[in-house]
Amino acid sequence: MNIIILVKLVPDLVEELTVDASGAALDMAWLRLIINEFDDHAIEQGILLKERGGGQVTIVAPDVEGIDDVLFTAAAKGADHLIKVKGDFSAGVNNHALARALATVVKGLQPDLVLTGVQANNDIDGALGPLLAGLLEMPYVGYLSGVAIDGAKTKVRKEYPGGLIAEMEVTLPAVLGVQAAEQPPRYVAVSKVRQVMKTSTIEEQSASPLDPSGGPKISRMFQPETGGRATMLTGTADEVSTQLVGIFKELGVL
Amino acid sequence: MTPTETKQQSMYDQVLESTPRGERLKLCLQCGDCSGICPFGYLMIHPPSRLIAQLRADRFEKVLETDTVWMCVSCYACTAVCPAQIPLTPGLMARTKEELILNGNVPAELQSALENSQRYGNPLGESPRKRADWAAGIQPEVKIMGKFRQPVDVLWFVGDYPSYHPRVQATAKALTKILHALGVNFGILGPDETSDGDSQRLAGERGLFEMLAERNGLAFSKYQFKEIITTDPHAYNAIKNEYPRLEISYPIRHYTEFLAERLDQLKPLLKQEVKAKVTYHDPCYLGRANDVFEEPRHLIEAIPGVELVEMTHNHKNSLCCGGGGGGMWLDGFQWEKAHVRLSEWRVKEALAVGADILAVACPYETPRFEDAAKTVQGAGQLRVRDITELLVEAMGI
Repeated sequence: MNIIILVKLVPDLVEELTVDASGAALDMAWLRLIINEFDDHAIEQGILLKERGGGQVTIVAPDVEGIDDVLFTAAAKGADHLIKVKGDFSAGVNNHALARALATVVKGLQPDLVLTGVQANNDIDGALGPLLAGLLEMPYVGYLSGVAIDGAKTKVRKEYPGGLIAEMEVTLPAVLGVQAAEQPPRYVAVSKVRQVMKTSTIEEQSASPLDPSGGPKISRMFQPETGGRATMLTGTADEVSTQLVGIFKELGVL
Repeated sequence: MTPTETKQQSMYDQVLESTPRGERLKLCLQCGDCSGICPFGYLMIHPPSRLIAQLRADRFEKVLETDTVWMCVSCYACTAVCPAQIPLTPGLMARTKEELILNGNVPAELQSALENSQRYGNPLGESPRKRADWAAGIQPEVKIMGKFRQPVDVLWFVGDYPSYHPRVQATAKALTKILHALGVNFGILGPDETSDGDSQRLAGERGLFEMLAERNGLAFSKYQFKEIITTDPHAYNAIKNEYPRLEISYPIRHYTEFLAERLDQLKPLLKQEVKAKVTYHDPCYLGRANDVFEEPRHLIEAIPGVELVEMTHNHKNSLCCGGGGGGMWLDGFQWEKAHVRLSEWRVKEALAVGADILAVACPYETPRFEDAAKTVQGAGQLRVRDITELLVEAMGI
């Protein structure tokens, strides 16, 4: 089983986000990137599949600052091959461009199964998985919380709103969007990651020129703006409740 | 010998070899004092003495199958009482936790604290850029070394919780007032400061500890100062006893030692009476692990109006607040196993001696004891105060 896991780094929301001078994009200079949480689950699911049924796990990720640490950590968890895709990703690209860049690489790896996080906090133009599946002409199922390999097919658990879960059979090769791995992403000791850094290598592949067409054009990016509709009531509890009753009557709810 | 047996044998050897005075493990006479004094020993399938027995019997895999070693709060009680003077806490227990981590046996809450420490340099998962935000607006300004770029007499290693935890930030602010009142020329590292890593080390993440220590070592090397003081006994222990092994050597004192030395200068400033019965909780890593017992008491006794009373467990025999060795990040796990918190036992002891104030000198303790006081019957009036806060109250500033 040749399992390919796609990983991207997204803005770390622990840091403040600011809009750059163009007014239509995040200021990348102050941004710190972190692995997309759902991609971390995709890695865990892939490693679990390998542990259960054997196979090879390859991690493919666009080359941005911090990617080496993410790749080595995945290797310490059990990934066999690490590939970083070189290209001008540092200014941020939309998922249409990213899917095109990764599709060429993934196709060359002849995957049986492609796993990726079902969504990311910077998915402005839809999730990466379906775009990639379209380019690879493979089936796609997303919002998965369980994957089992059964010969040339895979059985997946897909989550629906309202607490419903469906079990589906998908013919391989396929692209799957992982919502949650069957167990939380494992911890690897720093010493183990440092050891892996000495013994593992990261293969580099070039991306085809980035083509963002098909995605929306962002005309303005801004922080949520404060409206002027809030009224602060002051006074004693009696005064405030009298005012409240007045407001409710005025609005026609009393 | 099967490969597994080779691994077990080497584990015993590793514990013997990987810690200073580790060879003393051979002297264990299985008296069981360590397991008896351990505050959570009654819940551990393998308390220290039994752990040693399993190691000697080449049955370490039995330990790896269990998770009760995570009840260890690295309080040093076992180490302090061991008649063979085996360094149980920093050696055997930390090494065993390391093996559990390498085997993927890590409680989820601890995992997130370790991941946060790795990524953000603090277990709380806060932005490293905001490490000095607590000092914003304080006058006179708190000098951040990276901005100030001049030598200072004292580099204050603030620590994770005084930097970020809303309750413990009050301790940092109080110490700032005292240092300013004493005219101390001090600075802080701010965003250059990283978690001291001591609790992560004692929770078995040696590699993470080394990574954090290296970052701090680099920060120390960038600036000029005469000595380091710290608000945090865990940072004190790490920088004093562990960093030198990584060739990071700087003189360090806990703030209670630093202030006690200046008691003559401090005393005239303590003008307000604090009429209260105060009891002092010895932090494990200030007292038992590093023998600083009297300086904190001298500071408390210098406050007019205070009557200092001792709890049943005091000095070397102090009870742990439950926060050490990763305990700070294992509250849910330990509650599931014990259905009691060590901090609650301590609050009950404070009540038993009629204390109005439970004085502390470690940043883990104010939130832990305040939380405990909310659940212990009759503890509603007990005030938990860091010594810095008591001094500031007495200074009326």
